[in-house]
Amino acid sequence: MIMNDFWTEGDPIVDKAAPDGPVETRWERRKFSAKLVNPANRRKLTVIIVGTGLAGGSAAATLAEAGYHVKSYCYQDSPRRAHSIAAQGGINAAKNYRNDGDSVHRLFYDTVKGGDFRARESNVYRLAQVSVNIIDQCVAQGVPFAREYGGLLDNRSFGGTQVSRTFYARGQTGQQLLLGAYQAMERQIGLGNIEMNARHEMLELIIVDGKARGIVVRDMVTGEISTEFADAVVLASGGYGNVFFLSTNAKGCNVTASWRAHRKGALFANPCYTQIHPTCIPESGSHQSKLTLMSESLRNDGRVWVPKAQKDTRKAADIPEDERDYYLERIYPSFGNLVPRDIASRAAKNVCDEGRGVGPGGLGVYLDFADAISRLGRKAVEAKYGNLFEMYERITGEDPYETPMRIYPAVHYTMGGLWVDYDLQSTIPGLFVVGEANFSDHGANRLGASALMQGLADGYFVLPNTISNYLASGPFPKIDESREEVVEARTQVEDRIAKLLSIDGDRTVDSFHRELGHIMWEYCGMERTEEGLTKAVGLIRALKEEFWTRVKVPGKGEELNQNLEKAGRVADFIELGELMCIDALHRRESCGGHFRAESQSPDGEAQRNDDEFSYAAAWEYFAADGKPTLHKEELTFEYVHPSTRSYK
Amino acid sequence: MDIQVRVWRQSGPTDKGRMVAYDVKDISPDASFLEMIDVLNEKLILDGDDPIAFDHDCREGICGACSMVINGVAHGPEKATTTCQLHMRKFKDGDVIDVEPWRAAAFPVIKDLIVDRSAFDEIIQAGGYITAPTGTAPEAHAAPVPKKDADAAFEAATCIGCGACVAACPNGSSMLFTAAKITHLGLMPQGQPERESRVLDMLQAQDDAGFGGCTNMGECAQVCPKGIPLSLIGRLNSDYRKALSKR
Ligand SMILES: Cc1cc2nc3c(=O)[nH]c(=O)nc-3n(C[C@H](O)[C@H](O)[C@H](O)COP(=O)(O)OP(=O)(O)OC[C@H]3O[C@@H](n4cnc5c(N)ncnc54)[C@H](O)[C@@H]3O)c2cc1C
Ligand code: FES
Repeated sequence: MIMNDFWTEGDPIVDKAAPDGPVETRWERRKFSAKLVNPANRRKLTVIIVGTGLAGGSAAATLAEAGYHVKSYCYQDSPRRAHSIAAQGGINAAKNYRNDGDSVHRLFYDTVKGGDFRARESNVYRLAQVSVNIIDQCVAQGVPFAREYGGLLDNRSFGGTQVSRTFYARGQTGQQLLLGAYQAMERQIGLGNIEMNARHEMLELIIVDGKARGIVVRDMVTGEISTEFADAVVLASGGYGNVFFLSTNAKGCNVTASWRAHRKGALFANPCYTQIHPTCIPESGSHQSKLTLMSESLRNDGRVWVPKAQKDTRKAADIPEDERDYYLERIYPSFGNLVPRDIASRAAKNVCDEGRGVGPGGLGVYLDFADAISRLGRKAVEAKYGNLFEMYERITGEDPYETPMRIYPAVHYTMGGLWVDYDLQSTIPGLFVVGEANFSDHGANRLGASALMQGLADGYFVLPNTISNYLASGPFPKIDESREEVVEARTQVEDRIAKLLSIDGDRTVDSFHRELGHIMWEYCGMERTEEGLTKAVGLIRALKEEFWTRVKVPGKGEELNQNLEKAGRVADFIELGELMCIDALHRRESCGGHFRAESQSPDGEAQRNDDEFSYAAAWEYFAADGKPTLHKEELTFEYVHPSTRSYK
Repeated sequence: MDIQVRVWRQSGPTDKGRMVAYDVKDISPDASFLEMIDVLNEKLILDGDDPIAFDHDCREGICGACSMVINGVAHGPEKATTTCQLHMRKFKDGDVIDVEPWRAAAFPVIKDLIVDRSAFDEIIQAGGYITAPTGTAPEAHAAPVPKKDADAAFEAATCIGCGACVAACPNGSSMLFTAAKITHLGLMPQGQPERESRVLDMLQAQDDAGFGGCTNMGECAQVCPKGIPLSLIGRLNSDYRKALSKR
């Protein structure tokens, strides 16, 4: 065992479920080798699914259609409101409808490379393969994708790819895909195959005889705590970007479901891999509660610039062409404004750090549509981006047809998550994890339009095929409520709620959340240093201490209590924040969206270190000595050979 | 700017409820309406009062969670805008603003500004889908859809299910919500096989859930944050008549 002040290194971990042999047939072979469940037996098997986003919604509908009994949970008042609803830009699929050289292999290649060689080849290949089925499935459900005049599906190129493989529904792709999954789910709810529990929050995992067998949930209307059992548990609870307080995520997005499982033994992989999105509306003041994304499809037609001079306070229109720096086009001539997200984000930070940022506080860069409007005409721009422009105007009070938009990077997506094998099973037998909640497919950086693809791939096509292999050995013995493990899980939840309500301190939950967010953004955001991360760990530990002595949670447990909900989530975010900083600290390389100041090339570009860090870091929960244990999963690249990403 | 809000406070479904006035001082015109309530809530908590409960999630106008009647208008004074996208710059210093929950027989109040909208899910369960179990789909290009139809279907499908239409309707009718789904699915070739049963079943579910009847008042379309037009109700009615005549 290797030890230091912050973590302990344990045994390596391997993905035993992944078949070897030719990558093209791995998924076919895994499906063939997986055990099946006889249709008559499926009715006797219950699956709990936490989350109704693209991943959980599609999984619930598909498993129910296959004949399993599904119990579904979400914290919103309806499954249709899961955070996936907010995705704007689009979904990738290797259909090659444009005849522009796309293929399953190219999507695979782009995704592995885009993830900066920190994802598994097997998983990514499968993702590219099933991407084509997703589009077929969604069209059959009536998802109104954008179409050409001939009636065929339209595509666009998106965030860092050179082929047009992104399917979209104006700026509301996530909404339309989610409604497709939601409607399929509602049909199954109506048929009695899914038992839907909206406004219910999972607060603990129940493990019996070493297997995930249930969850403890709180009814968010009455406050009632109950224990729910099943033959397998699926977490589809989304990402943890809200650890930064300000992010593009919905306000309720949280890590609690995953974190509770992590505390019970599920390894958490690559927690420090978060994606910072380059095109968000900058912060406007201390009241700011979230940040709004402007779809990066805007970069297809918008040009990014800042003034050449520092502290230039002139209005955009008053700055002549030759005093503008179109820095992405200048530094990356072959990709220009379409460089991947991490590169665009860091470039924006750099120009702002140089004092050339625009808008309040100098934290913003222009995204200018003047050229596009004169080239294509206002009407065409309106048809493509109308709703985004409106949204921008509503929020900022500025008209982007007249003045360039101001944008700045914001936390947007988390590539890290619970470790899963090729079957999407975590290190706890019977606990499966799908969608953004798992760590599997995006490596250190996610390409645009690939999260929707992964969520639906997991839920419609992967999980339904792999979970049967596990369920084939069920139904498992019925569980008695009075079993020690069940009572313990329930008591943990009740005690924690009682504790949160009893502190009655002098600081609000939000004040702690904001403070945590500042620490994370400052030290574990786009640029990280050994010194900063070490400091952050200390700050977070102190914050945790303070939270548990000074937080003020009004009201009671047995009622609708939104501050109690938030308090539990923030308590988990604080622990996660510490692990993220430790993970970032241990990874002494610049990789994907994570720039480690100590690891850069002479011209300031990110320098990956494949010799030492070509692995996924799977963490075991903090031991009694306060240190988490690192288990490395070595990554091998047989098909796409690690190269330095160059977008110049 | 300084304003006063008068907010509907109701501790639970059985409480009678009442309006309570709060002063909010020094709020930025760039804050959103919900951020203004956040600021107020932070103060209430520290003062030992009960913060105001309200539904919200995405805060970007797409999830349909936020739902406040502001000065008597569902989602407030700005056209085609959800509560979360409304900003304080639309108000004036010194304004007194009334904030109430959706009020409709089918949407009972749970607490303060939070109502139960599960009746909408019941309408969808009854037929707001196309039956296409996973794995059965033909190749996506097998059936082209004229762009005109696809675009119109999309427009109807942008409904966020917030319920403002019901809150605004003097009859508490959900007709615009249902019409939007009928139109979306009815314009797609995939939606044809279930077109007749869909309209019959969804209308039945609507009645069963306690929504009122539609008398073409048009208030719904006025407040719809997504601009779903009243004309879709005409389309629904024509589908309904056709389906009835074939029954
Ligand atoms: C603004 C925005 C735009 C985006 N645009 C794109 C895009 O154009 N293309 C793309 O590919 N990706 C995009 N993404 C990313 C993508 O939308 C998400 O990664 C994806 O939708 C996540 O889906 P999910 O099903 O994993 O989780 P979610 O949709 O986040 O769903 C999580 C579910 O879990 C439930 N839940 C969570 N915790 C609990 C708990 N403790 N108890 C009970 N239920 C719980 C929630 O209620 C919810 O139902 C975007 C993301 C954002 C924020
Ligand atoms: S909070 Fe999502 S629409 Fe307003």
